[in-house]
Amino acid sequence: MAAEMVTFYGKTFSSRLLIGTAHYPSPAIMQQAIRAAGAQIVTVSLRREAAGGRVGKAFWDLIRELDVTVLPNTAGCRSVREAVTTAQLARELFETTWIKLEVIGDDETLQPDVAGLVEAAAILIKDGFQVFPYCTEDLTIALRLRDAGCSVIMPWAAPIGSARGIVNREALKLLRARLPEVTLVVDAGLGAPSHAADALELGYDAVLLNTAIAKAADPAGMAKAFRLAVESGRIAYESGLMGARDFASPSTPVVGTPFWHAVS
Amino acid sequence: MLVIVNGEHREIAAANLIGLLGEMEYEGKHLAIALNYRVVPRARWGETALNSGDQIEIITPRQGG
Repeated sequence: MAAEMVTFYGKTFSSRLLIGTAHYPSPAIMQQAIRAAGAQIVTVSLRREAAGGRVGKAFWDLIRELDVTVLPNTAGCRSVREAVTTAQLARELFETTWIKLEVIGDDETLQPDVAGLVEAAAILIKDGFQVFPYCTEDLTIALRLRDAGCSVIMPWAAPIGSARGIVNREALKLLRARLPEVTLVVDAGLGAPSHAADALELGYDAVLLNTAIAKAADPAGMAKAFRLAVESGRIAYESGLMGARDFASPSTPVVGTPFWHAVS
Repeated sequence: MLVIVNGEHREIAAANLIGLLGEMEYEGKHLAIALNYRVVPRARWGETALNSGDQIEIITPRQGG
């Protein structure tokens, strides 16, 4: 069976694996990994260009060759003003109103500043953006982001680059249950394909990751492994997973077991 | 006049953004500019005058997660 399509702000995609473009050993390997992942959406960033520099143009040409949808981020922004201006620069540069909104509140954990995030999201939505907020698993923050107009919300599994997988499983399950109409993406902290499958099995619509693929010994191989895990997890979710229980239940029928009810 | 370009103080002769890009040898269509935290669309670079103390960010696409 083919899994259902996923929708981000009215646009539908068959791939539920969004990947970043940073940390690859080479531009060619980045392109191979993006293709092997089957990714249709990739994240990019913005940085200062040195005088006379051509670095940005070389990277931009590589991304255009891939024919993917670009999701710019506001990575590294530490205030609402920085994040809003960076989003507006991204719109100018990439000609898209999509923005992965990050407002970092703590350097040690790269934990989102969720108060600043809600404030920046509201400003950007009023300005015509479609916001993909990178947030924690906190329910009330997710509700506020939804109320501000976010129809995509991206809670972390664990801190960026930590490779720990889903740390707060119950909270992510609660978000899924309480926000059935929102496209939910687990963003950050996934280290293994099984972590991605886990997120999809919980009913998350997609995952976004970067380091686990880019830093693998064979990024294209790992990208394929994540693609298969994401497909597997989604199909499992759509097929209806059985619930866990405390006691055993025999899988082989009991009726007619030899010596059943034999008197010893 | 003294302005701040990408976080560094610079003495410049240019009177507007187009002039600044030329003076600093920037070229290409892969750039976006914010002047004092406001994005200046490419079409208005020529008419956007610079003042002493202005903060200018010249930005380009880069790898990101």
